[in-house]
Amino acid sequence: MIEVKDLHKSFGEAHILKGITTTFDKGKTNLIIGQSGSGKTVFLKCLLGLFDYEEGSIAYDGEIFSQLTEDEKRNLRAKIGMVFQGSALFDSLTIAENVMFPLRMFTKQSKSEMQDRVDFVLKRVNLEDAHKKKPSEASGGMQKRVAIARAIVNNPKYLFCDEPNSGLDPKTAIVIDNLIKEITEEYQITTVINSHDMNSVMEIGEKIVFLKNGFKEWEGSKDTIFITDNESVTDFVYSSNLFKKVRRMYLDENQ
Amino acid sequence: MTYLHNIGAYFLMIAEMFRKPTKWSVMKQLILKDIDDLIIGSLGIVAFIAFFVGGVVTIQTALNISNPLIPKYLVGFATRQSIVLEFAPTFISIIMAGKVGSFITSSIGTMRVTEQIDALEVMGINSLNYLVFPKFIALMLYPFVISIAMFLGILGGMAACVYGGFSSLEDYIIGIQTDFIPFHITYAFIKTVVFAFVLATIPSFHGYYMKGGALEVGKASTTSFVWTSVVIILLNYLLTQMLLS
Repeated sequence: MIEVKDLHKSFGEAHILKGITTTFDKGKTNLIIGQSGSGKTVFLKCLLGLFDYEEGSIAYDGEIFSQLTEDEKRNLRAKIGMVFQGSALFDSLTIAENVMFPLRMFTKQSKSEMQDRVDFVLKRVNLEDAHKKKPSEASGGMQKRVAIARAIVNNPKYLFCDEPNSGLDPKTAIVIDNLIKEITEEYQITTVINSHDMNSVMEIGEKIVFLKNGFKEWEGSKDTIFITDNESVTDFVYSSNLFKKVRRMYLDENQ
Repeated sequence: MTYLHNIGAYFLMIAEMFRKPTKWSVMKQLILKDIDDLIIGSLGIVAFIAFFVGGVVTIQTALNISNPLIPKYLVGFATRQSIVLEFAPTFISIIMAGKVGSFITSSIGTMRVTEQIDALEVMGINSLNYLVFPKFIALMLYPFVISIAMFLGILGGMAACVYGGFSSLEDYIIGIQTDFIPFHITYAFIKTVVFAFVLATIPSFHGYYMKGGALEVGKASTTSFVWTSVVIILLNYLLTQMLLS
């Protein structure tokens, strides 16, 4: 579980995060949503330890990040898996080498043990035959799956995903969403996804945190988002006619 | 103020480069890859330029010696001095600032743009040690490149001298042995090691701290070439003043 308390982050005069308090539960897919410029990416980078913050705290299973020594922070980071928006695969390595990378860096496993683990996770993300390809030879959906494989290969306790569906067709996006949800439940990971894909919100949003102008405007789940009367949330989530109709149908069915 | 900030950031980068070392089994492979990319990959162009510029230096020297009282072996002497003292260590380093420097800046800059550096940091890896340190170690073999440039420059000079009919082979060989001061070789290699450090770190700095997209990667490569060249020229002046005067 990740607990965030009264988090503040500024860049010079610009106050980006204004006192965010929330928790992200283990074994659940937690989504951070909000308009562009609402502070989602900054929030995610604070959670990852890439940005320092001025006030507040972030605790990973009770360990407050800012109070850890450099070595403890490094050990904690080894338990974090991250799927970047653009996948961030290493161009010079093959897909198998990319997935093996965290094992080479942080474990003392033999080459055959690492190879077995890589085979297993690549099979888990349905990429059995892609070992020798370079990232540039893989499609966007394949690259995302490789990024997920790399993120989970070292059995992380925390999985962060920044816009995992961006640039993907709707069918592939659903495959990626379901894969993340399955992996989260299977390995009991605390997963935090930064998204503005409404399909993801409806499909896998077991907990949803809505940010607006650096504040936590609302939090709930994919079920409560249908019945909320928070105008900022409804304006954002039901901005398209399709989602307005879906909501109306849901409310009619549940009246 | 920006210049001061950048100079400070550059020295902090160098200090950070030596902290939290990457696992040796991984680092070893990175060093070997960088030796291949930066040293072995540069031998062809260095050999080509050294050979022909050596020839040109010889022709220019020979054509400017019109006084019959000046001995013919002076052509070999002047070629050796030009190549060992300045052409091989300094001129080749400027060329390497373009070839190796822009390669380093663009490869690290592209990793920055595509969040690969963020990926390393998230995993708890010291990205500066992972990316810059192997380049620094690989470029410690740079004196080997410069030795080849010295040898081929003098060889090119000899070929131009003999086949161009400017002097005999014997005169040229006497010339390259005349008044040989071994410290000049030491001086050239001291400069080479200093320039190797500059070639590894300044382009890395420009790539690592760049902001923006693909266009900025190109701009960072150009800026890195300019600054690497400026620093090499300035250090060349300071080292020459300190070591030879």
